[in-house]
Amino acid sequence: MNEYNFAYLDEQTKRMIRRAILKGLAVPGYQVPFASREMPMPYGWGTGGVQVSAATLTPEDTFKVIDQGADDTTNAVSIRKFFENTAGVETTEETEKATVIQTRHRIPEAKLREDQIIVYQVPIPEPLRFLEPRETETRKMHSLEEYGLMHVKLYEDISQHGAISTAYAYPVKVLDRYVMDPSPIPKFDNPKLEMDAIQLFGAGREQRIYAVPPHTKVVSLDFEDYPFEATKADHPCDLCGAEDSYLDEVIMDDAGNRMFVCSDTDYCRSRREAGHVGRLVEENTA
Amino acid sequence: MYVAVKGGETAIENAHAWLAEERRGATDIDELSIAQIREQLGLAVNRVMAEGSLYDPDLATLAIKQSRGDLIEAIFLIRAYRTTLPRFGYSNPVKTGEMACDRRISATFKDAPGGQVLGPTFDYTHRLLDFKLAAEGEVPAALTAQPRTEATPHITEFLKGEDIIQDEPASDTTPGDLTREPMEFPSNRPLRLQSLTRGDEGFVLGMAYSTQRGYARNHAFVGELRIGKVGVEMDIPELGFAIDIGEIELTECETVNQFKGSKTEPPQFTRGYGLVFGQSERKSIAMALVDRALRWEELGEDNLGAPAQDEEFVLSHADNIQATGFLEHIKLPHYVDFQSELELVRKLRREAEERITPKEAAE
Repeated sequence: MNEYNFAYLDEQTKRMIRRAILKGLAVPGYQVPFASREMPMPYGWGTGGVQVSAATLTPEDTFKVIDQGADDTTNAVSIRKFFENTAGVETTEETEKATVIQTRHRIPEAKLREDQIIVYQVPIPEPLRFLEPRETETRKMHSLEEYGLMHVKLYEDISQHGAISTAYAYPVKVLDRYVMDPSPIPKFDNPKLEMDAIQLFGAGREQRIYAVPPHTKVVSLDFEDYPFEATKADHPCDLCGAEDSYLDEVIMDDAGNRMFVCSDTDYCRSRREAGHVGRLVEENTA
Repeated sequence: MYVAVKGGETAIENAHAWLAEERRGATDIDELSIAQIREQLGLAVNRVMAEGSLYDPDLATLAIKQSRGDLIEAIFLIRAYRTTLPRFGYSNPVKTGEMACDRRISATFKDAPGGQVLGPTFDYTHRLLDFKLAAEGEVPAALTAQPRTEATPHITEFLKGEDIIQDEPASDTTPGDLTREPMEFPSNRPLRLQSLTRGDEGFVLGMAYSTQRGYARNHAFVGELRIGKVGVEMDIPELGFAIDIGEIELTECETVNQFKGSKTEPPQFTRGYGLVFGQSERKSIAMALVDRALRWEELGEDNLGAPAQDEEFVLSHADNIQATGFLEHIKLPHYVDFQSELELVRKLRREAEERITPKEAAE
């Protein structure tokens, strides 16, 4: 694909995106409008993340793409291939080795470092969207720091269900100012949002970029008497025995037997290579 | 034992190969040529150019072939290609008053300079399946007339003299560019028109139809509908003057809308405007109706809360490439979000059961 520029986008477009990224880093959690381009994959399939990655990647980078925590889900494969073809960068499945990680719906289990960038694909960047459908209104609410509606929603959850009934895309407040949608990661991942790496969020269809710089305070919204709780399936991983990782539930047979495995496939692999074993591996070798 | 599903890559490659085979269809049937599609499915090509925002019949044709006739998929191919093209500059505004019209009709005047020219229209065909076509019927040549050499003036020009139709303020300000700047609300008329002309034909049609059925009715007459070719001129800085860089086919519709006046405007006719690549009649009329509905604020009309009056609603949902992408993304894996919902629902059910059970025990 030599007829396209490095990482597909032309340099002017990349410059425009980089400006938006820098503005986003300067105002953490603020949604910066940007002139999102049509990409050769559909809107809603990671075009925001792809544009941010394209503007971030250099030829020396090592790139990793995950979807639902896994490197081999179809859309992750497709995006990785896109950058292999258009940027010729090295790719990896190892979190450790990657310098830029594009993700959909997960934050890797391994702690990210200062020399890494994580790029999130964002479907609906506006945390207030489902409370107020109008962009004109929600922008006003952000500028006035008027987040009462969000607290009322969380309160109503508690009064109706006894708990905050948001399990993913759990809203956070960044640096005591902007309420931000962390993209549809499970709330299990929310505590990791305070990290050493640069976090960039790209929403292509909605034309927004936002960012969280390293070591920035990120607080999941809650109440003193109903504190935020990062939850996951109450099991260890059946393959590697990890008790600290987010799990996928897999149906194994017609009888409805289940197994629980790490959603982060690289984390699971590295643990198994280090000799950790889970329930099913034990049963199999026994 | 469960083995983690690997091999996404091979699955994708195999799917693509199968898709290519399906696209080709039975190999004992001749393959469609680009020229056949371009010449015989011209209106499909026009739609792809209009909504793809790229005037190139050959590329639009290729996209239709590649997409197996799925026009939204074809439009997507064109849009994705279009973004890779460098932007050399902007043409001068096209002069539709100088259009070489193939078709030009007015519903407001029985006759006017330039006349009523039906052109190649389906309008008065009886919609009866022509079984002769199934047997590849060649058609006799149509009669030809001497084309007009002088320009065909716009119908609304004749109303302007009396001051009975609202004048559109002329401006030399460069309009914004929807494809270069993020859409922000409130928007303005040039951006609204850009959005509508590339908007989904079905969506714009539905919005326009809703105004006719009373959701912000705006009493539209087709003042004029014209289809034909116009020259495209561009200023070349090195030359210091404009040169003709080509010719494009356009459909232009101007509606004349009854208007009783408002607090700020005297009673007079107002206009809606539609301009679309190629022969795209339905779309341009629909566009004009929606354009007029969106002008309520500028004309001091009441906001009736109708969907077609709501700029943010209309412009945010008119683009079929955005819509189809987001709609179809829900078939991507969502294991993680679903898992977190599963945990939550289980937890809430447990808690609800605990709340209910002791009560029953006490009864």
